[in-house]
Amino acid sequence: MSTHRLGARLHIQSAIKRFGEQEVLRGIDLTIPAGQFVAIVGRSGCGKSTLLRLIAGLEPPSDGELTLDGETIGGHHADTRMLFQDARLLPWRKAVDNVQVGLRTRSRERALDALSQVGLADKANEWPGVLSGGQRQRVALARALAGQPRLLLLDEPLGALDALTRIEMQQLIERLWLEQGFTAVLVTHDVSEAVALADRVILIESGRISLDVNITLDRPRERDGGFVHFEKLILDRILERDSSEAPRGKKLSYSI
Amino acid sequence: MKPFRKLAVNRYTPYYLPVLAVAVWQLLGQYGYISTRTLPTPLQVAEAGISLAKSGEIFQYIYDSAKRAFIGLVIGGGIGFVLGVVNGLFPIANRYLDSSLQMIRNVPHLALIPLVILWFGIDETAKIFLVALGVFFPIYMNTVHGIRSIDPGLIEMAKVYELKGFAFYREVILPGALSSVLVGLRYALGFMWLTLIVAETISANSGIGYMAMNAREFMRLDIVVFAIILYAILGKLSDSAAKLMERRLLRWNPNYTKS
Repeated sequence: MSTHRLGARLHIQSAIKRFGEQEVLRGIDLTIPAGQFVAIVGRSGCGKSTLLRLIAGLEPPSDGELTLDGETIGGHHADTRMLFQDARLLPWRKAVDNVQVGLRTRSRERALDALSQVGLADKANEWPGVLSGGQRQRVALARALAGQPRLLLLDEPLGALDALTRIEMQQLIERLWLEQGFTAVLVTHDVSEAVALADRVILIESGRISLDVNITLDRPRERDGGFVHFEKLILDRILERDSSEAPRGKKLSYSI
Repeated sequence: MKPFRKLAVNRYTPYYLPVLAVAVWQLLGQYGYISTRTLPTPLQVAEAGISLAKSGEIFQYIYDSAKRAFIGLVIGGGIGFVLGVVNGLFPIANRYLDSSLQMIRNVPHLALIPLVILWFGIDETAKIFLVALGVFFPIYMNTVHGIRSIDPGLIEMAKVYELKGFAFYREVILPGALSSVLVGLRYALGFMWLTLIVAETISANSGIGYMAMNAREFMRLDIVVFAIILYAILGKLSDSAAKLMERRLLRWNPNYTKS
């Protein structure tokens, strides 16, 4: 792919989301510059997936505003693609046809191109049913990236994969991100995955951003002292090992 | 043990029982344990079949019956499928239509025969109407079910990838509902022959049912039994065709590729 398009700039202003009585997001303010790789971490139920669905335009915010390059997100945006935890391939379409779904032109060559980028050129004519979990997720990644999105949303896409496949996928995602320069937002509950991939890690607790750190490590990331430092910093904050943390926050996070 | 096992389980296994039954039937008839006035022997039935085939009548009858069956299937199945898609996709249509349809479903359609004869007489329309009514419900119900059971994750995926309008139906809805629709089709084929047999037996001037009723008047039991066997063969053939369709159309599904 020769045409490099820059990533999209995302701006979220006091976004609130309620489901009935329950307030899942309680005012999120976040600006993500173009091309940044942001990881959102948090305990399950903290609202991180909901935030991603708001960004994707799959659900409207109850209050506040989300903009992509200054344009309000209302409904799904053509430059946004999402990778789900389950690959969500059409089981009745072969791998390459599934990738074609991600292309507005439905061009077969481009789809084959995208498949070879994720290392699955030889599986183009296989049914999704016979592919392994990691291969399916790679097809889904090819489908998401085939259309050259400017914003890629990843909703715990590696959660269901085994440890080795996971590391491979992380490297693949990082490589494609470096090549294509899209903005990426990754939701995960795995702190080391967040540190391995992201420029910036955001912690959400009880519907609010409670930590926002820039990961100032060189790429490709080595699991060295600096890596462990960031991992510990974030984990300690989540598990509240730090004694200076107010007990009130602790209570809140358990009540969810 | 090994040769015995090979004999006990091979691809002809399903045919052991029917072949044995026919052989016993033949022997019982031949030695007078069953009167041929109660039941002709298999050989007599075969002879009747051969003579009907030689005169060519039988092909005309089969053609007439099959034509009625398939016209009825196309009309009833088509309406059932379209209504199933509409009611499966739009809750509002479902609210308006479904309970009325369920009410009609609970009327045995063969109970309408007297009414249908009064409406349409005893010509083609009456039989096609009954067949269409018989195949409508299995296809309707299974189409609704198939559409309802499509993975909502795929529908959301379609939204993210901007599959809209016709492409959305072609890529997601129809293939997603297909396995269920095909189950409906197999049920429908059963109802189709059942309805046709009853309708032709009551009133017809051509077709297999007509042949059987005609033969009854002349006490030609061999032809009557032959007609019954013919229905069995046609039923089995159409089920096999549906199965073949299943295997071809659902070859992406690992559950359908084996056996």
